[in-house]
Amino acid sequence: MTKKHGDTSEDVGTTGHEWDGIEELNKPLPKWWLYTFYACIIWAIGYWILYPAWPLVSGYTKGYLGYSQRERVAEDLAQAQTAQAAYRKKIAASDLAAIQADPELLNFALAGGAAAFGDNCAPCHGRGAQGAFGYPNLRDDVWLWGGSLDAIHQTIQHGIRSGDPEMRNTQMPAFGKLGMLKPDQVNDVAEYVLSLSGNADDQAAAGRGAPIFAANCSPCHGKEGKGNQALGAPNLTDELWLYGGDKATVIETITNSRGGVMPAWTGRLDPATIKELAIYVHSLGGGQ
Amino acid sequence: MAMTEVQERTNAPVGRRNGDSGPQEAAPGVIRSDVPTVSDERQSLYAGRTKVYPKEAHGTFRTVKWIVMAVTLGIYYLVPWIRWDRGSYLPDQAVLIDLPARRFYFFFLEIWPQEFYYVTGLLVLAALALFLVTSIAGRVWCGYTCPQTVWTDLMIAVERFWQGDRNSRLRLDKHPWAFETLWKKATTHVTWLLIAVATGGAWVFYFADAPTLAHQFLTFQAPTVAYLFVGIFTASTYVLGGIAREQVCVYMCPWPRIQGAMFDRDSLLISYRAWRGEPHGPHKTGQSWEGRGDCVDCRQCVAVCPTGIDIRNGPQLECIQCALCIDACDAIMTKVDRPTGLIAYDTVRNLEVGDKGAQPIKLIRPRVVLYAVAMVVVAAIMLVALAIRPELDVNVLHDRNPLYVRLSDGGVRNGFTMRLLNKRYAPRAFKISVQGLPAGAKLDMIGHEGGVVPVPPDNLQSVTLYVTLDKPGVKALHDDDTHFSFVITDIADGTTVEHKARFNGPEVEHEH
Repeated sequence: MTKKHGDTSEDVGTTGHEWDGIEELNKPLPKWWLYTFYACIIWAIGYWILYPAWPLVSGYTKGYLGYSQRERVAEDLAQAQTAQAAYRKKIAASDLAAIQADPELLNFALAGGAAAFGDNCAPCHGRGAQGAFGYPNLRDDVWLWGGSLDAIHQTIQHGIRSGDPEMRNTQMPAFGKLGMLKPDQVNDVAEYVLSLSGNADDQAAAGRGAPIFAANCSPCHGKEGKGNQALGAPNLTDELWLYGGDKATVIETITNSRGGVMPAWTGRLDPATIKELAIYVHSLGGGQ
Repeated sequence: MAMTEVQERTNAPVGRRNGDSGPQEAAPGVIRSDVPTVSDERQSLYAGRTKVYPKEAHGTFRTVKWIVMAVTLGIYYLVPWIRWDRGSYLPDQAVLIDLPARRFYFFFLEIWPQEFYYVTGLLVLAALALFLVTSIAGRVWCGYTCPQTVWTDLMIAVERFWQGDRNSRLRLDKHPWAFETLWKKATTHVTWLLIAVATGGAWVFYFADAPTLAHQFLTFQAPTVAYLFVGIFTASTYVLGGIAREQVCVYMCPWPRIQGAMFDRDSLLISYRAWRGEPHGPHKTGQSWEGRGDCVDCRQCVAVCPTGIDIRNGPQLECIQCALCIDACDAIMTKVDRPTGLIAYDTVRNLEVGDKGAQPIKLIRPRVVLYAVAMVVVAAIMLVALAIRPELDVNVLHDRNPLYVRLSDGGVRNGFTMRLLNKRYAPRAFKISVQGLPAGAKLDMIGHEGGVVPVPPDNLQSVTLYVTLDKPGVKALHDDDTHFSFVITDIADGTTVEHKARFNGPEVEHEH
């Protein structure tokens, strides 16, 4: 038998373990390796003493140093707020146009506004402010109550039909439900409303609807149906519809009326955040 | 199953562990149990370290190793102090890993985080170079340039300077508490620690402006993390280079386990030419060299070995192929008037044919060619990528929520976020326009008066863009997904960059 150096039991011996004739060779580890292992155990014990380690029935061992990740997060948050304080103070003190004119403040307001929008506004207006049925798209160029910075700011502060003393508040009558218009009159005026954006199918009905519109609708929506932002009355001549522009929906709107509600955010959010939100919403493409 | 095992074990030939194979019965009717005792023959499961006292070698390879040591250590310690002018906006350190600013400066090159593939490419090149050189000439990396080898070599040189060569060190260790031993060891360890501090110190200079940091460091105003890393690298240099030495290579390093896969029968490895050396034995003056080998069993090859092995046992995992045994053996062969090269770089193929004549080294082998070609390919890719690296990077993200916005006049608007990366060391300003959309396409941007976007030097500027098409424009589209381009024009020199984008709209109603 040729003996190769270093890898038979004759060379290195065995650990004494043997199963069915298979022996475990003794290839000893260096001693310092063992000592490193012991050092790790000691380190672990030190760690248990200094840091939170063992779960208990209700709670856990807190450790000598009192370290807590939760507290660290709170500290970091407080630190971030302190770092933002200067900007937020400036935003609270400046008027909206001045914030928009200062690139640094604008950047800060846009970032803060985006975060606040995600937390507070997205449930109704959508994550991308694209709106939904009954909830206006904030990216287009249609504004019920005005798309200037100040108008947006006002709407966010006091809300729409929110109960706030300064809320945006008007109410369209439920013409059909209250019996102000008969069903065939509702049908005719609906046809006329559709004709304003060039979508009427029945020109005769639209013609009959014109005087009804002039008598009942034009006080708010205007003679030409172009709406009135002071009253929150939408423009009926454009191509966008908050509740839908097909005839059945228009008839439903005239019969039962519409009136969306938005909460007032003063008191829920601080003034600086509301300003940031106004600037953010204004920046989404539709700002006027 | 368990029963059979017990059965087999009882019936197995006895006495394997306890020596004699006695009778099956201890007494009439009493079965002799073959239970091995572990304790009486047990060896320790842990080996103490056998200290290695490498003797100084003299010769070609020792000289080469001194030069390599001087060059590699020189590069390591001095590179952070090389200056490189990048203008007034950027650091002037030639090699700087600027973690807070997310930049890696390497002479003329500046790498942004998203360009880390250059570093990846360099690492791939380094790995391939390692494979190539290993398949040609074995563990050249381990033997000459590995930091562990270089620093260990330096630490051993320091030890030799204070405590003398092998025999002197052996003598000192025999009297561990003698005054001479104590002060010589103390000076050795102090010198090791100084080298270790310098090593850790040099490391942190790669991560901050070296002169500034050096000043802060000496006036105790450097950031805590700098002291921490100097401490870590001081400790690791002292422990790994001064104390652990060859154990790092034998027990910790994975490379000795991997490199076997790169050798073949034509790789040049440090080998003992047994066909020439055997049978070995002492040689007396005047004795004939006929019928015996050239090896005089002087064990000088073992004495100089930094890992304490005998190269005459053939290739071993512990051998870092530092070639010092070649120097030691050549010196002896010259002394006894025999040809040098009893230990030499040689191939397994040549060792097998022995004295029947060495063949020329075969360099063109599949693995050598493969590694070389792979290196050329990677290097070429990197060079091309570097040559076409733009000074202005444009990224455009299309708003996805919503994809498009319908407007009251029947028009459609798309939102985009454009990121302009100015890689020049000077501020630039850009005008942005659109190309490839129907007439009447309008471009608005948020927050940049006059449509001019300034980008600070070596920095990034993000800008929100809205592209609006009126109703006739939307009607002119042929698809709900139209290709067009943003054109970014440098106001100062008029150079333009085009970036492709898409305009989305409602589904186009085709007239039937």
